[in-house]
Amino acid sequence: MDLKFKAPCKLLLALLLAFGLSGCQALSGSDSRPHIMGTGDLGLIVERATGSVLVINTSRHEVLGRIEGLGDLSHASVVYSRDARYGYVFGRDGGLTKVDLLSQSIVDRVIQSGNSIGGAISQDGRYVAVSNYEPGGVKVFDSQTMELVADVPATYTSGHGETGQSKTVGLVDAPGNLFVFSLFEAGEIWTLDMSDETAEITRFEAGESPYDALITPDGRYYIAGLFGEDGLSLLDMWNPEQGVTEILPDYGKGEQKLPVYKMPHLEGWAIADGRAFVPAVGHHQVLVADMTDWSLVDRIPVQGQPVFVMASPDNRQIWVSFAHPDNDVVQVIDSQTREIIRTLEPGEAVLHMEFTPRGEEVWVSARDSNRVTVYNTRTLEPVATLRAEKPSGIFFTSRAHALGL
Amino acid sequence: MNRVWLAGQRRNRVISMLCAGLFFAPAVLLGSEDGNAPPQQARLANLVIQDCGSCHGLTLRGGLGPPLRPENLGHLPVEAIAAIVSEGVPGSAMPPWKPLLSPEEIRWISEQLKSGALVSP
Repeated sequence: MDLKFKAPCKLLLALLLAFGLSGCQALSGSDSRPHIMGTGDLGLIVERATGSVLVINTSRHEVLGRIEGLGDLSHASVVYSRDARYGYVFGRDGGLTKVDLLSQSIVDRVIQSGNSIGGAISQDGRYVAVSNYEPGGVKVFDSQTMELVADVPATYTSGHGETGQSKTVGLVDAPGNLFVFSLFEAGEIWTLDMSDETAEITRFEAGESPYDALITPDGRYYIAGLFGEDGLSLLDMWNPEQGVTEILPDYGKGEQKLPVYKMPHLEGWAIADGRAFVPAVGHHQVLVADMTDWSLVDRIPVQGQPVFVMASPDNRQIWVSFAHPDNDVVQVIDSQTREIIRTLEPGEAVLHMEFTPRGEEVWVSARDSNRVTVYNTRTLEPVATLRAEKPSGIFFTSRAHALGL
Repeated sequence: MNRVWLAGQRRNRVISMLCAGLFFAPAVLLGSEDGNAPPQQARLANLVIQDCGSCHGLTLRGGLGPPLRPENLGHLPVEAIAAIVSEGVPGSAMPPWKPLLSPEEIRWISEQLKSGALVSP
């Protein structure tokens, strides 16, 4: 009964829509008023080789425009203003570019160092911090005016008594208007308190050569991956006086490490079903840790060295991308059974994945295929593809409202 | 103070690279002069810019890894550069590429790095 009723209804609706839309088009042709649009289903795709970003609409699987002139975008990342209108793009060449998603243009751009890697926006949205390699340290900018607010050189004394400036990595924001980052050469984790004018720094000893880090979605645990040793360094932001503790200290013990052709990325790390899913460094494994005591409970064999290990927003699936040369596939793991349920082939050199905010779709960039593929997370089938020039990072505006992103 | 320390570090690294180069040079020299057809070269050029670029920057001005532009490498013989690419740098994040690339491919890449042919302005 219902079905019979629905069909004519749909037809009528389609006809009405068709008339309605053609009416709109006729109007907009002679109307130069700006098109009013929210930003909630927009995002940016980094085109790493051409120094450009694509403004995309996630609902319509559509490229709205391209913003050019952003410099060296190898390993570039983006954070968003609170109103999700502006993206702050962190380039490798020290460029920090503020782009407007609505007008699809550059608002402001500063070359703030010689060489940089990533950044964060503060909990209150006032400050954008950039993590620098050369000279090593962190610079903090006013998110509105882009004026320099704080310059924090990552100075340290080496074992030989010489002072230097360490490269900084794994910069995230934390509750209390803190920035947290790690010092690659110094083997330290620093917190920078931006809640008042003092911009106080607190230093913690970490392990050897932290190369990247993440903060859990609740902002409690800051976890740095270590290149110099097996294991990860954990700082409990609720109890910082306890200092840094080492977790998963010997996951690779007694095993020959494989050469690492691309460092795992910890941001977007999977935490699902009370367990943390971690990319192993130098092993074809995803490690599973119990979050109550951070003990290693399982190792899931995968087809290559994992780079991104990301949980879908409902935590049911873990999506894994891989390092060169096994980087033309993505594997999907069921978070409950911990079994690989599908191996997908989105194209050559898969670099990044981004879930839509409620997780019904995931966008996957394939650098050497010049393509972004959108998958339905229920059917695991592709639903759309978009052309992009050497696409790498994909960043949706929903990040504006999440800690640590 | 900082600059002095950094310069010292760099000098040490270069010396160790040179030593590695001398050690491995004979094995690398066995490679033929030019065994790469143009499509192969395009693939290798993409590898250098994009995959080496992950650590060394797309413009090869450095990142987690050191800069690889001619002004940084020009003083090294091609054999030394090839040895570093082939064997990696122990104790650093630089992996050995010999499991993935032939000696000829590594030599071609090393020549391009030294000459700056792949470097964008």
